[in-house]
Amino acid sequence: MSRETRAERAPRSERTGNEVARKLRADGGEQLATADGDIETAIRENHPALITYITAGDPSLEDTKAYVEALDRGGADLIELGLPFSEPTAEGPTIQAAINRALDAGTTPAQFFDLVDELETEAPLLVMTYYNMILQYGPSEASRASKAGAAKPQNKPDVRPFVERAADAGLSGIIVPDLPAEEADPLRDACDDHDIDLVFIVAPTTEGERLDRIMSRVSGFAYVQARLGTTGARADVSNATHDSLARLAGYDVPKAVGFGVSEGDHAAEIVAAGADGVIVGSALVDIIADHGAGDAPAAAELEAKARELKQGARRGREEAPEPEQP
Amino acid sequence: MSNTESDHADASADQANRKRTFGDYGGQYVPEALMPALQELEDAYERYVLENEDGFMDEFSERMRDFGGRPTPLQHADRLSERYDRDIYLKREDLVHGGAHKLNNALGQVLLAKYMGKERIIAETGAGQHGTATAMAAAHLDMPCEIYMGRTDVNRQRPNVYRMRMNGAAVNPVEAGSGTLKEAINETLRDWATTVENTHYVIGSVVGPHPFPRLVRDFQSVIGAEAREQIQEQAGRLPDSVVACAGGGSNTMGAFHEFVPDESVDLYAVEAGGSSLKIDEEEGVAPNSATLSTGTDGVLHGALTKLLQTDDGQIVESHSVSAGLDYAGVGPELSRLVETGRVTPTSVDDEAALNGFHRLSNLEGIIPALESSHALGYLEENHEELGDLVVVNVSGRGDKDLETVLEETEKRDLEAAPDVEVFDA
Ligand SMILES: Cc1ncc(COP(=O)(O)O)c(C=O)c1O
Repeated sequence: MSRETRAERAPRSERTGNEVARKLRADGGEQLATADGDIETAIRENHPALITYITAGDPSLEDTKAYVEALDRGGADLIELGLPFSEPTAEGPTIQAAINRALDAGTTPAQFFDLVDELETEAPLLVMTYYNMILQYGPSEASRASKAGAAKPQNKPDVRPFVERAADAGLSGIIVPDLPAEEADPLRDACDDHDIDLVFIVAPTTEGERLDRIMSRVSGFAYVQARLGTTGARADVSNATHDSLARLAGYDVPKAVGFGVSEGDHAAEIVAAGADGVIVGSALVDIIADHGAGDAPAAAELEAKARELKQGARRGREEAPEPEQP
Repeated sequence: MSNTESDHADASADQANRKRTFGDYGGQYVPEALMPALQELEDAYERYVLENEDGFMDEFSERMRDFGGRPTPLQHADRLSERYDRDIYLKREDLVHGGAHKLNNALGQVLLAKYMGKERIIAETGAGQHGTATAMAAAHLDMPCEIYMGRTDVNRQRPNVYRMRMNGAAVNPVEAGSGTLKEAINETLRDWATTVENTHYVIGSVVGPHPFPRLVRDFQSVIGAEAREQIQEQAGRLPDSVVACAGGGSNTMGAFHEFVPDESVDLYAVEAGGSSLKIDEEEGVAPNSATLSTGTDGVLHGALTKLLQTDDGQIVESHSVSAGLDYAGVGPELSRLVETGRVTPTSVDDEAALNGFHRLSNLEGIIPALESSHALGYLEENHEELGDLVVVNVSGRGDKDLETVLEETEKRDLEAAPDVEVFDA
């Protein structure tokens, strides 16, 4: 397979999500990967992968649609869409501002899923959101009643309605920045039932037993957090990135590095250090922030930026130690 | 340690303390980068707090005595007792150094950070009470300290900003959102996610991810431990009820914890009813902070607990005349105790709290914090159901609130207010 060209795949909307042999992930169990889901396929076939993030609804859902299509054209191999939550504690100022713009525009989970229904990208889509948004999706009458001050008891919140809707919309994966592996069993189970990947973040502080625990639960790819702190474009690649990739080298899961990646040269350096992909968010959100709603040049700039990043990643592969082969 | 395996029905109290949850509430919903720090903190909590390793708890008690002014009195309130025709005792946390119960927790955590070898302290603050307590504790124990405070709160709580700076703390205004406590917590979490390797986050109430709700409760439980002994000495028996205000719920859990096993003692958590108990979904605003009374289950700031939120799961802006109660979440253990029926959630509105403020000032010569005034407002409205022997936690003193009270009093026709005309220019 030529890794220079984009893999020939049906558009996302025509693929069935269910061609995945599940991996055994029980503690101590082995990974018996026999086939990959959309996400691993996209990463391996387009290695090294470019993964892009933008916030849905920033500055409007119509614009988001155009931006996603532009990123898809520009060479993004996976696209993360942020579903905005009012308390984005893992984000730096850039994405906080994007989330505020999306919330000010009135973006709701229902509209978010409608947008995903409409999108026909080649790149598989993931949703990135905070755990409370997943818990509250599909509110019951009981919880409404309780909010109005009426009698308890209310229903306990449940992750399943969200995951069902995500599967319905054709989303391939979910990333939840405030859900560590220790709390993830309910969501992990629901995702398994719907063949959706659940991506976990590996931080510079993640080591030993906890690293094993995360790597035994992750699917799709491991999101390698390049540095401590919050999201936001940076001028360099941190040393922590190299350390993290070295620690992860023995695990048979694709590794993608995010937090601070903003330029093609960063992408090259990260891929050269052994990553299977790079994740870029704030640098794209910066472009969106510079333009108003309905501004066509924004899409063109996003497409060009994606191209630069993808080329950087490819450059890095030339110097890479031993690209992982399927 | 495995977190789920210790879930036996007959777990000892000690084992229970190591659990991540209270029923379904609690947990550790935080970014991965913070998990190792929470594990380190769990470990330190078990060794130093639960097992008194290296005499940690002895040093904590000594410092709370010499620096903090503990024990605080349990005082028979003669005129309130007469007014309500039953015995009312006040637990005088307003007499703790700094003017509120907040030091119990702040000193405990700063000392713990020191035992853990941390080099820097950060904390959020709403009204500035927890920030000042943390700044005092950090100065006392010689630790560098930075406080995050929402812009709105910085502007309306200037004296506390100065107090923190006098004690050598840096105060970082947070511009995001409505510029109150919720945003301050968000920003402190972001700092911690960056500096976690050498920094301890002194969280200000029984909120946040495990082990904070237990840790803070244990440092605050001295309130109820003292009160329980004092009431038996002074009144010869346990009280019929204990009443405390609840924001995040640290003075509440502090006052209740030792009484939880005493089934004859009713526990009342009084929340801020603000101006109304109804959420405005369109605007994303709750004109109250009555989380236990009206909230729904969700995840905020690291814990599953009761929240003020929209149907979609966005957290709404809360409101109260008292900045210290103005929070859309509440401690997970209180959510659990309300769920099991052990704690009764109640609320009184801004006006009842203001009247409570004036009444205690007038009748007893004690100016209470506006937060504590909610407990006193509840006493006025519902004393008949509280039994013959009542303990009310006066969580803090009200000097910090004088400006707010004057302003709010002028706006209303308060039955308990004195003539404030003398203050007009
Ligand atoms: C005097 C006083 N009481 C109560 C509170 C509310 O906090 P908690 O509910 O954690 O006791 C505050 C918070 O600032 C306070 O200053």
